[in-house]
Amino acid sequence: MATIDTAAHAPAAAARRRPVHLLWGLAASGAALAVVVFLGLALGARSIPLDVVIDALVEPRAGDNDHLVVRELRLPRTVIGVAVGAALGLCGAILQGTTRNPIADPGLLGLNAGASLAVVGAITWLGIASPAGVVWFAFAGTAAAAVVVYGISALGGAGGEPMRLALVGAAVAAAATSLTTVVLLTDLETLERYRFWVVGSLAGRELDTLVALSPFLIAGVLISIGIGRALDAIALGDDLATGLGQRLDRARWSSAAAVILLCGTATAIAGPIAFVGLAAPHLARRITGPEHRWILAYSAVFGAIMLVAADVVGRIAGGPGEIEAGLVVAMFGGPVMIWVVRSARPGRR
Amino acid sequence: MSARGAAVGGGIARGARRARLRRAHRVELALVVLVLGIAALSLSLGAYAIPPADVLRTLLGDGTGREEFVVLELRLPRLTLGVLVGAALGMSGEIFQSVLRNPLASPDIIGVTVGASVAAVLALLVLGLGGVAVSAAAFGGALIVAAAIYLLAWRDGVSGARFVLIGVAVAFMAHAVLGYLLTRADIRDAQTALVWMVGSLSGAGWDEIVVVAVSLAVLVPAALVLCVPLRALELGDDTARGLGVRAQGARLGLIAVAVALAAVGTAAAGPVAFVAFVAGPIARRLVGSGPALVPAALVGMAVVTGADLLALHLLPGGIQVPVGIVTGLIGAPYLLWLLATTGRGEAR
Amino acid sequence: MSAGRPAGRHELAARALRLGFDGVSVVHDLDLVVPGARTTVIVGANACGKSTLLRGLARILRPERGAVTLDGREIRTLPTREVARIVGLLPQQPLAPEDISVADLVGRGRHPHRAWARRWSDEDERVVADALAATGTLELAARRVDTLSGGQRQRAWIAMALAQDPDILLLDEPTSFLDVAHQIDVLDLLCALNRGRGTTVVMVLHDLNLAARYADHLVVMAEGRIVASGPPAEVISVEIVREAYGLECRIIEDPVCGSPMVVPVGRFHTDRPAASSGSGGGGVGGLLLPGPAAREGGEHQ
Repeated sequence: MATIDTAAHAPAAAARRRPVHLLWGLAASGAALAVVVFLGLALGARSIPLDVVIDALVEPRAGDNDHLVVRELRLPRTVIGVAVGAALGLCGAILQGTTRNPIADPGLLGLNAGASLAVVGAITWLGIASPAGVVWFAFAGTAAAAVVVYGISALGGAGGEPMRLALVGAAVAAAATSLTTVVLLTDLETLERYRFWVVGSLAGRELDTLVALSPFLIAGVLISIGIGRALDAIALGDDLATGLGQRLDRARWSSAAAVILLCGTATAIAGPIAFVGLAAPHLARRITGPEHRWILAYSAVFGAIMLVAADVVGRIAGGPGEIEAGLVVAMFGGPVMIWVVRSARPGRR
Repeated sequence: MSARGAAVGGGIARGARRARLRRAHRVELALVVLVLGIAALSLSLGAYAIPPADVLRTLLGDGTGREEFVVLELRLPRLTLGVLVGAALGMSGEIFQSVLRNPLASPDIIGVTVGASVAAVLALLVLGLGGVAVSAAAFGGALIVAAAIYLLAWRDGVSGARFVLIGVAVAFMAHAVLGYLLTRADIRDAQTALVWMVGSLSGAGWDEIVVVAVSLAVLVPAALVLCVPLRALELGDDTARGLGVRAQGARLGLIAVAVALAAVGTAAAGPVAFVAFVAGPIARRLVGSGPALVPAALVGMAVVTGADLLALHLLPGGIQVPVGIVTGLIGAPYLLWLLATTGRGEAR
Repeated sequence: MSAGRPAGRHELAARALRLGFDGVSVVHDLDLVVPGARTTVIVGANACGKSTLLRGLARILRPERGAVTLDGREIRTLPTREVARIVGLLPQQPLAPEDISVADLVGRGRHPHRAWARRWSDEDERVVADALAATGTLELAARRVDTLSGGQRQRAWIAMALAQDPDILLLDEPTSFLDVAHQIDVLDLLCALNRGRGTTVVMVLHDLNLAARYADHLVVMAEGRIVASGPPAEVISVEIVREAYGLECRIIEDPVCGSPMVVPVGRFHTDRPAASSGSGGGGVGGLLLPGPAAREGGEHQ
């Protein structure tokens, strides 16, 4: 019995992607993230040697200027970069999984447009200007847009059918963007503030904001951890997923909740950072194959790496000022994404 | 095959085809009437209101000097440009979405019109150009970006999925450049650029219109000829090949025409927001099925001219907003309403 | 082989079932009890509602009236995961995720057996290996699904359904797009499952003769209703085929296994006078008359 079993198991087990490899890959990605984080602490307008960075973290001296820069300026934005990047990576992976559309991301599905509209409203009518002030409006805007998109796409009786969801999302984005533009064209002062918020940046963001929003972030991450198998089932088509005992409505609503929590938090802290949500899952899938638990884990790490690296590049490359991370990530991520798409094995017919 | 059986079968096939065409024709007729109604309103409403009868008289060359100036020099150019731009963008969007088999793949989203915006904003903000030079830059920008996407997506042919993904990546890069330019510019210049990026029909002149009209006179027939294989392409490449359609060639030709249409429309009025995106899905839902180039062009016309009418007269106190703001506001909710009321399975 | 539970223990049934889309009924007030541990084949003309019925039995469609029951309890009230451990479904055109390997695809069949925190177990591994072995896809395990031929791909999908370890397996036209050798191959495979494991098989098939050969229980549908059901030898008759398909035919004995075999008459091949079943007398006049099928289509307009 035992011998027969092993004989039968061996090829099947060998053919399954061994989680061990993926685990090592994930560890390597984590190491890469650690390197990027250290670079984030060391590099900037003024470079700080690595041993000083470590000193600043381990045994900070009160009067040391370098230690102050590391602890007060660079550490917060790097930590925020890790959190926001990971949240966006997860969010993109979930959206692409539930919609089965490879170009789904928070921007195309109208979530960023909702956040923008709420922020513009807050700046114009309530006179709120600081990044910390608009946090809750950005969060509420994202959530409202998500509810509208899921609600309308469920109206036709199809409960968030993928293609319908994508179309509704794009249409909601169109309407919200129009409203935003009306305000921007009539109010110069709002435009002045909005144009810096909308590109997305880690500069001047405070750790307190992240702490205040961390319950949402954690809840979003917890839902993401639980949603992997459901996304695996959905990938086989709605009928088969139902046949496999997956409740589609439940999967869709919990994915919507995760998206609201993750994207809402990220956008509230850093503004609508584009591209990470689109690209991180594509990079991840190239390594992990189709299993969503791995796709989600890798997407989170890759998202974090992309955003922190973009922030570092923006600080170094910007000359006197700095270039916002939201811009850098698309400028440098775009070619990477194109390379990934081009190098993919020719798809199915 | 018995003669009678063939006749009966042919009759059924013809009947089904006729029913589809009848519906398409009814939709087209209704859209034409809608556009004409909007046109009549556009020409007669305004600070100097002219009754429709007088508008007609003026158009026939029998108006007073003042009427002639208002109708022929102020309102008619704007209306005409709206019609042309709407047709160009609507048809372009429908071709993109059909050929690439993804309803999100309109020129707004895969970077073509964003490319035009980058070039135009560069011309406005960095080179300090204006007028025709900006339009020329936009036209060039759209073509260059489209060519870049096509070349990057080429690997033993172009698959729709790869084209869309690379187009989206390029669009993100273009958006980043736009964001950079806008955050670094003087705030007033930024607002000027924003107006251009929203799309506007103000300042339409006959010279411009002639150029656009001539371009469309070439491109629209080309699109209609090339779209014959579109129905086959929609069934997938293998099936299309089986039906004798050269998928690569047909797709390249159609995309080239669609890019040119988008470039012409964008150069003339800016990337009037979301016309290209919504025209196709709305037209398909009205007509009932598959590639609907002419209805999409008519929907585009109705959206642009209708939006411009609202943009001119909507806000109290004579505040006028660029047409591109209103296109999103009327097009998107209408599409949402259609999506919410059509049943499952039609959403493809 | 698997789990050692009594075969055919569960009973799937439909009671006064009405199914439809957007208010248009496709299946009307239909009663059906699926015999346990047997192979049931549903046949009927195009658009007679047979695929809709299968989707209803698999609880994908919500009944407009009546109910589908599993062991006497309404299926929609049971936890869907519990149902999935008993009833498996293979739709006509399932989606294979890009780049998925055969082994991973088959592994997804374990979905209903895995609580979200539970790791991949030896039991899972054993069932997947069994499923691969039973379908002859063991040596394909490492291949990507999109590189397989049509017949191999269908075997992989069936292996996935087996990994679900269902007592009742529903399949929607499992032989479509396959050549005749691969059709037999797949049907033999399902027959082996039914006989070896006692799995109850319910499938929709297009080919009447294959249906008659492989079915223990044949269900003939027309216009959303069951017009006949029972052992193929009792069900298949000239009248039933005419009623369900609008086709004139003769019935002979399958020389291989003795099951009834439907031989269509058509319009161009004259029925031998000896066995003429009154379908218009044959001859030149008969040739010019459209057969019943064409006539019905012609009046349909």
